[in-house]
Amino acid sequence: MAEVNKAEAAVEDETATAPGERRINMIQAINEALDIMLDRDPDVMVMGEDVGYFGGVFRATAGLQEKYGRTRVFDTPISECGIIGVAVGMGAYGLRPVPEIQFADYIYPGLDQLVSEAARLRYRSAAEYIAPMTVRAPFGGGIFGGQTHSQSPEAIFAHVSGMKTVVPSTPYDAKGLLIAAIEDNDPVIFFEPKRIYNGPFDGYYDRPAKPWKSHAQSVVPEGYYRIPLGEARLVREGEALTVLAYGTMVHVVESVCREKGVDADILDLRTLVPLDIEAIEKSVKKTGKCMVVHEATKTAGFGAELAALVQERCFYHLEAPVQRVTGFDTPYPHSLEWAFFPGPIRIGDAIDTIMSE
Amino acid sequence: MAEGDGSGKNRPRLALHVPEPKYRPGDVADFSHLDIPPAGKQKRPDEACAAADTNPLCTDLIRVLGDDDQAHGPWDPRLSADKMRAILRDMALVRIFDERMYRGQRQGKTSFYMKCIGEEATSVAAAHALAFDDMVFPSYRQQGVLMVRDYPLIEMINQIYSNKADKLKGRQLPIMYSSREHSFFSISGNLATQYPQAVGWAMASAMQGDSRIAATWMGEGSTAEGDFHSALTFAAVYNAPTIFNVVNNQWAISSFSGFAGAERTTFAARAIGYGIAGLRVDGNDALAVYAAQLWAADRARSNDGPTLIEFFTYRAEGHSTSDDPSAYRSAQEQNEWPLGDPITRLKNHLIAIGEWSDEQHDAMDKELDEKVRAATKEAEKNGILGHGLHHPFKTMFEDVFEELPWHLKEQSEQAIRERELKWPK
Repeated sequence: MAEVNKAEAAVEDETATAPGERRINMIQAINEALDIMLDRDPDVMVMGEDVGYFGGVFRATAGLQEKYGRTRVFDTPISECGIIGVAVGMGAYGLRPVPEIQFADYIYPGLDQLVSEAARLRYRSAAEYIAPMTVRAPFGGGIFGGQTHSQSPEAIFAHVSGMKTVVPSTPYDAKGLLIAAIEDNDPVIFFEPKRIYNGPFDGYYDRPAKPWKSHAQSVVPEGYYRIPLGEARLVREGEALTVLAYGTMVHVVESVCREKGVDADILDLRTLVPLDIEAIEKSVKKTGKCMVVHEATKTAGFGAELAALVQERCFYHLEAPVQRVTGFDTPYPHSLEWAFFPGPIRIGDAIDTIMSE
Repeated sequence: MAEGDGSGKNRPRLALHVPEPKYRPGDVADFSHLDIPPAGKQKRPDEACAAADTNPLCTDLIRVLGDDDQAHGPWDPRLSADKMRAILRDMALVRIFDERMYRGQRQGKTSFYMKCIGEEATSVAAAHALAFDDMVFPSYRQQGVLMVRDYPLIEMINQIYSNKADKLKGRQLPIMYSSREHSFFSISGNLATQYPQAVGWAMASAMQGDSRIAATWMGEGSTAEGDFHSALTFAAVYNAPTIFNVVNNQWAISSFSGFAGAERTTFAARAIGYGIAGLRVDGNDALAVYAAQLWAADRARSNDGPTLIEFFTYRAEGHSTSDDPSAYRSAQEQNEWPLGDPITRLKNHLIAIGEWSDEQHDAMDKELDEKVRAATKEAEKNGILGHGLHHPFKTMFEDVFEELPWHLKEQSEQAIRERELKWPK
């Protein structure tokens, strides 16, 4: 069940560290999760383009090859089909591979292996064979990545039966969710919002970036812990409006609501499949209003599924149409990034509309 | 239509080449253009040789059984008569099983079937050369591997009939078998996907310091898929103990092998560019198939690397029960095929060396026919497709995930409600 994190009470921009507290960024949290799982389970292995000696283009796997050796952490040819395909075979053998796709935008060559194979293997073999793999991929925009370094393809995967989709939004969650994903016996797509690798992002691209150390959720325990898949996080408790978001948008929404003084109930979904429907229903039935926010394009995006579920399950509690605030239905542009990105103005406008209903 | 500035008008016109098979329906088929070398003339390099040493074998054709029904040359695996009779028996079983299941489909007992008539050696003889626990990643025409590994016929038929005893719970199209116990990987409808998976399995085996290797099969048509390229690249890079079998049966449904690139080079020759050992083998010669598979298995097992083997053979029947080959190829082709029939050739060899007779062969066929008939009868007690004896509705929702999430629980309840509306108690 979703629970208000007590540490959330801490005020942002507070860099003070309590005794025994340790603040790290999302990359470090992911690196720690991989380190812990490589250490705990000899069947866990990490592979992908540039993940070995070099430690990954985002440093997520830094130091791991040196620590665990080249047969546990290694570089691969540039072939997403090959990376996912061999991971399926390794899973069939009994390993627990954690392949990396360098950018979510480049996952498509591996799509047949993911959709037709990894996701269906347990079902079609009546559980004789499974694909206990976790595919990590940096995802989302806000970094001037243009068309092929900014995409948010989560809806494609949420549509595939047999696959779990996870998107963390804080260092604390990234570590706990990644550990849970690696331990999960189903194939998991683990999308890491790269805009918030180094700090939370409030949507104001023209203001100085904030580091994670100013955020309560950068306090991350050193050892093993897990956050169950399928449970949303209540980011902020409120009465006026329910906001459903995940990834980078959690921080943008939080900031906009604070600025506008809206008493919103903000849910960070964390896992899209399986979805924490209970938390969503409970919140929308309390507030009577629901807004869905994601970076991905609008048409047939995951927001459409969320809006439909809320409509089906909370119809008599709704006081306004469900609002969807999303990226536009265009490829992700380069120069017009901030006109595309669902930032404070688009979200604020939607809040004004829904609150005036 | 794009036009230049006119400056290139004196250049010759380009012409697109669209491959066309030699014979279409009504044509007289003649395979005399095929270069079929005599049996026994091909050199057999050491299993530990450099991959490039196999280059000549990629365009040659490894053959053991000659027109005189005798075994020739260095590739003769010198099998005992018992072993050869075992291979012959498994090939005969596959053919008899195929005939009965094909008939079952025509009688409406199931929706679909695929035979491997003419290609029995490429799975049966190959599987005999592997260890029982070597992992097999098959395509849909390697039912022979299951026969070699003594997978119960009744389980195969239960799967084909999707009945209440089907271990795959009626979820899979007929012949998409799976048996972990027999180291036989779950068959997928998506072509070529098993190739990188076999490499991953072999890499895992090597990572763990295991001694098992992986063998995988695909048709020549599937080599055009990207997965073929990914698999061979990964196998070469990591020296993965994998055997890549390409069953070149000349046809991918209605498309002849020219559409997979056969007009320019052999399929075995693809190995050369990857730095992988390659062998091109008479696929209707069970002894050559066995010898090549064993060579590749020994090579892989000794950490000497992967091998690509092209089995040159002929798909004697339609692609599947949904296909009519008389619509796209000469009906004569099957009879004119110069490499003959794998069962007849091994049978004649055994007879020629005094280890078999026509009478023994007929008696074996009769016994196998009865065995298949009995298994069919037994399986039919568990139901045939569409006759009501299937798995409970709720099983449709199981195994999508390890645990049933809320949305599948809800949909499962809906399916059961619908059943009660359709068949009120």
